[in-house]
Amino acid sequence: MNAQDLTFFGSIWAHWLSWTILIPVLGALAIAIVPKDRHTLMKGIALVVSLVVLAMGLTIWFSFDPDSAAFQFAENMKWIPGIGAAYLVGIDGMSMMLLVLTAFLTPIALVGTWTSVTEKMKGYTASILMLEAGMIGVFIARDLFLFYIFWEAMLIPMYLLIGVWGGPRRVYAAVKFILYTLVGSFLMLIAILALYFLHGRLTGIYTFDLAALEQIALPFGPQMWLFLAFTFAFCIKVPLWPFHTWLPDAHVEAPTFGSVILAGVLLKMGTYGLLRFSLPIFPIAATIAVPWMATLAIIGIIYGGLVAWVQKDIKSLVAYSSVAHLGFVVLGIFTFRAEGLSGSILQMVNHGLSTGALFILVGYIYQRRHTREISEFGGLARVMPIYAAFLLVVAFSSAGLPGLNGFVGEFLILIAAFQVSPWMAIPAIPGIIIAALYLLRMVRGILWGPLDKEENKVLKDLNLREIVTMVPLLFFIVFIGVFPKPFLRPLEPVAAKIEKRMSSVRQPVRYVIETPTTVESEEQEIQLKAEEPASDTEPTESDELHSAEMVK
Amino acid sequence: MTLTGYLILSAILFTLGVLGVLLRRNAIMILMSIELMLNAVNLAMVAFSRFIPGLDGQVISFLIIAIAAAEAAVGLALVVQVARDRQTVDVDDLTLLRG
Amino acid sequence: MTTALKLVLLFPLIGVVFGLSFGRRLPEKVVGWISSLCIGAAFVSALIAVTGFIGLGADGVGVSVRLFEWISTGPVHIDATLWLDQLSSVMILVVTGVGFLIHVYSIGYMHGDWGFGRFFTYMNLFTFAMLLLVLGDSLAMLFIGWEGVGLCSYLLIGFWFEKDSAADAGRKAFVVNRIGDAAFISGMLGIFALFGTLEIQEILHNSHEILAGGGAAVTIITLLLFVGATGKSAQIPLHIWLPDAMEGPTPVSALIHAATMVTAGVYLVARMGVLFQMAPVTLVVVALVGALTAIVAGFIAIAQHDIKKVLAYSTVSQLGFMFLALGAGAFSVGIFHLMTHAFFKGLLFLGAGSVIHAMADKQDMREMGGLKKHLPITHATMLIAGLALAGIPFFSGFFSKDEILFEAWAGPNGHPLFWALGAIAAVLTGIYIFRLLYLTFWGTSRVPDDVHPHESPYTMTVPLMILAALAALGGFVGLPQVLGGGAWIQEFIGNATGAVSHAVEAVGGHAEEATHGNSGLQVVLMVVSVLLALTGYWIARKWYGRENPYPEVPETAAPGLWKAMRQKFYFDEFYFMVIGRPLQKASEWLYRVFDVKVIDGTVNGAGQVTTTLARWIAGLQVGHVGSYALAMAGGAIILMILLLI
Repeated sequence: MNAQDLTFFGSIWAHWLSWTILIPVLGALAIAIVPKDRHTLMKGIALVVSLVVLAMGLTIWFSFDPDSAAFQFAENMKWIPGIGAAYLVGIDGMSMMLLVLTAFLTPIALVGTWTSVTEKMKGYTASILMLEAGMIGVFIARDLFLFYIFWEAMLIPMYLLIGVWGGPRRVYAAVKFILYTLVGSFLMLIAILALYFLHGRLTGIYTFDLAALEQIALPFGPQMWLFLAFTFAFCIKVPLWPFHTWLPDAHVEAPTFGSVILAGVLLKMGTYGLLRFSLPIFPIAATIAVPWMATLAIIGIIYGGLVAWVQKDIKSLVAYSSVAHLGFVVLGIFTFRAEGLSGSILQMVNHGLSTGALFILVGYIYQRRHTREISEFGGLARVMPIYAAFLLVVAFSSAGLPGLNGFVGEFLILIAAFQVSPWMAIPAIPGIIIAALYLLRMVRGILWGPLDKEENKVLKDLNLREIVTMVPLLFFIVFIGVFPKPFLRPLEPVAAKIEKRMSSVRQPVRYVIETPTTVESEEQEIQLKAEEPASDTEPTESDELHSAEMVK
Repeated sequence: MTLTGYLILSAILFTLGVLGVLLRRNAIMILMSIELMLNAVNLAMVAFSRFIPGLDGQVISFLIIAIAAAEAAVGLALVVQVARDRQTVDVDDLTLLRG
Repeated sequence: MTTALKLVLLFPLIGVVFGLSFGRRLPEKVVGWISSLCIGAAFVSALIAVTGFIGLGADGVGVSVRLFEWISTGPVHIDATLWLDQLSSVMILVVTGVGFLIHVYSIGYMHGDWGFGRFFTYMNLFTFAMLLLVLGDSLAMLFIGWEGVGLCSYLLIGFWFEKDSAADAGRKAFVVNRIGDAAFISGMLGIFALFGTLEIQEILHNSHEILAGGGAAVTIITLLLFVGATGKSAQIPLHIWLPDAMEGPTPVSALIHAATMVTAGVYLVARMGVLFQMAPVTLVVVALVGALTAIVAGFIAIAQHDIKKVLAYSTVSQLGFMFLALGAGAFSVGIFHLMTHAFFKGLLFLGAGSVIHAMADKQDMREMGGLKKHLPITHATMLIAGLALAGIPFFSGFFSKDEILFEAWAGPNGHPLFWALGAIAAVLTGIYIFRLLYLTFWGTSRVPDDVHPHESPYTMTVPLMILAALAALGGFVGLPQVLGGGAWIQEFIGNATGAVSHAVEAVGGHAEEATHGNSGLQVVLMVVSVLLALTGYWIARKWYGRENPYPEVPETAAPGLWKAMRQKFYFDEFYFMVIGRPLQKASEWLYRVFDVKVIDGTVNGAGQVTTTLARWIAGLQVGHVGSYALAMAGGAIILMILLLI
């Protein structure tokens, strides 16, 4: 405890991350006691609270040490000591990036959809804030038990957003969304418990602390099974082909705010989970899974693109495009190379910005015309020039045009994949042609062509609120494309750390593959406490984690 | 009197209660039968307490009395509501929960 | 000089920002002139930069200007660096110079269009991207410009987006280009995997240490880059987008689809010349594709009625010539033709624009004829451009085309067969361009009565005249030795590929050395190529120099071939049948059957099974209190029996 902690602000600063969760929760409680018909007040509270969280996110961004791989802003409190669960939070570059993305997208999506929901405002605004709290919690939890709780807690507000304020088939979509996710997460829960007991039996310490769980060298068999369970849960969330069919339904039926957050943040949880858990805890299994995961990712890239191409509904077009984009992210993750990993994390942010922006833009015309059929539009560039400019930039960002954000991530991922094997990169490359196909089809259908529908002739261009919503998104879309360095820098230590972790097991893996059964059993019995080659460095990292001191 | 006598009495009362629950249709009668069963157990408990050293039996019988009171209160309230709503307290007519 | 070089990029960018901010608010004249002046200022900066560079010695090594670090993560480091050498000098002068003239021309041409400001914003953005393309020192920078010009091309082709045909053409252009870009990216990935960098100079410098000459790696990489080039430069098999691109405003066709963007592929191959010289197989492919494209496009150009379509196919054909030169190993000659082509083809398009302007937006040559007396300046300038294109001495095109034909025979990688193919294309060139002149300007008028042709305003004619001067005289910078010249431009550009030739001595000869050697052959071929051009003229005169050129002679002579030529040899139809429709059908199938039925069917099926099971179990819930009580009692009895036993 240093002197800073004695002051009032010092003690808040010491729990800065916790406050980013607590403040939205408090905001939701405040909304709960507002009289039922004060809609503007509720939205106002939600906006102010999310802006406060954004401000906190920015302070985190600026006081974050981008060159350290350690968890910063770490907090460690006793929670349920009986089972070894602790309240452990902290962020590294990846978590920080996604936290800021969450804090950034929530107010933007809220302003962008300011007038789109008019009923049951109390539940709507409260759900938004609870969702924000849950999402941030997922990204900062360092304890598996805590992580799981946030993971599940975040589902509930999203479920409500889709199921209550969604479109005509909202109940089907919401149930599908939650069941798909639950199937995965129950497997994950079992795996978490198995990991917990396995760790306890091997070391005598029963804990959910991620840093501790990362340390043990799991025997081959359990490692494979647990990896599969974790990865299955994350793949559904990504969504990786063929677990993606909940996504178009959820997107099409969700209200615009839900779509934005779903695409912008929720989909990142799957890939985040892969990077945070599947890779470091199960390095051997992950290495073996590379060809499988890469194949699924590539199928997703091509398949998602092709299916997006033939969609009639703009929202489901964008939804399928997410399948393709997230395919790239997964591909990058399973290169295990620093540039691919940071490219993937950057691509998560890029996808959040571009697809989030796309959904907001779709929401704008949906609110004007109450339809999302591409064929219902045409020639909007004539009556809505500002809208047209925005949609063009965002579509090209999504198509990976160099100079905009999408390209940087995709290019890094492809470079990394190619170095692992040309067969990992080349099959994915048609994906960028297909991306042009479907995005330009959408642009062609909405913006270009004759303005032949009477309803479209009277459409008004974006108003000030709508422009203000889009400007920050466009700013970052261009900024990351032109000068990605500030965004890549904090990712570098994380990527390097994962790369090191993965490369430390590369040799043993080949060994295991080549001599299947004999070594396995030995490993299980004798090498239960086998030292990882990299273990000489990792204890220090976990020490850093355990200290409640802030790094900065 | 021996313990056996009390227990036999208790068993008879309990069986009467069970039969009441099974055979009666009237919800109030079923509730009364359940009360009868509880009191049969109470009787057995008190008897145990008398013949076996210690206060366990009495404590349990107090608990049972409390529970019986609560059960009667909730149960009768429900029956009153049902009677108001459906104009009947015949349990054979109350089959809304059929799967 | 470095400042001037940065300014070259900055001025068009200022133009973009200006256009975005004020394009719709200020009057046309102001917007047009400020945007044009931005490009003019870029041209002046380019002149200063290039003079400064030549001041260091015309045969010097290039100068690099580092702007900032673009991507840096793990082992990937890509700087935003500009590179000025002889090759990029020529390119930036052409881009900004011709670009400036076309901008000025557009002020007159686009007068009264509701998208006036938007047009100039796009044009400035295009110039910026194109400059980035030619100045970028790393393949990644080049690629940013590469896709950037593709974007602007998309936007400008679809400029009149309310026309379905324009919107579709823009999309087609971008998608076809993307196919090439995909190959380009693959090539870049391969280069990065081998070299660990994308800096062009570093790659060229190290190429001989890392790659084996003629090996599989270098062949594959260069082929991939070449596929990228065929996309951008509209070579077979990816040429189909360029003719459709004529849907854009005519200045766009002049700037993007004749003078600058479409030559990016040529520039790329020349820039990566060292690698290409190490892959003789690729060079043969390049030469053959170029020659084939030149011939096929020449044939198609003869049978088009739309004046811009003729010029579009002419461009495709001339680009084929450039690739022929590159394939023959004569990189500097290819760039020389690129430069003269920019002058005369830009001029031809602007002239066509002037005609279209005069004809109240009619583009069909069947409704023209005899326009000479209405449009004297346009006619004179287009005639000059036509002569240059046909290769009549001593217009600019003569020098460059003649040199290409010579190099195709005698170049480091030349072969008489290449020359023969080029010769056929040269005759075709003569035919289609004089056909165009006959049908448009000469002969009797077929102009409908309601159209009153008039000469265009000075903002349009002055650029025409300047370009005409360049098209007429521009070739003299490359006057070959046999005619007493110094082949200055070839030598100059050769210096950029100079690093090339020093590094490549092992692989093959050097373009210029070959030129020095065979002056006898060169004179013979030069005479032959003049004869070829005159043959073209003679045929066109025979066919079209009549009172009424319709029905056209070849149409009656060979109706089958004519129909195929009119239909562009059915490339579009073929692609649609073989790729487009099957892909769409497959996608539909993936969505309707695989996604909805198989995957979702499985998911919903799992749900169904659960529901059915639940319904069955729910049957146990009879809702009869008595039954529950009985079941409970029965259960208790069974338990008791079990306990007692």
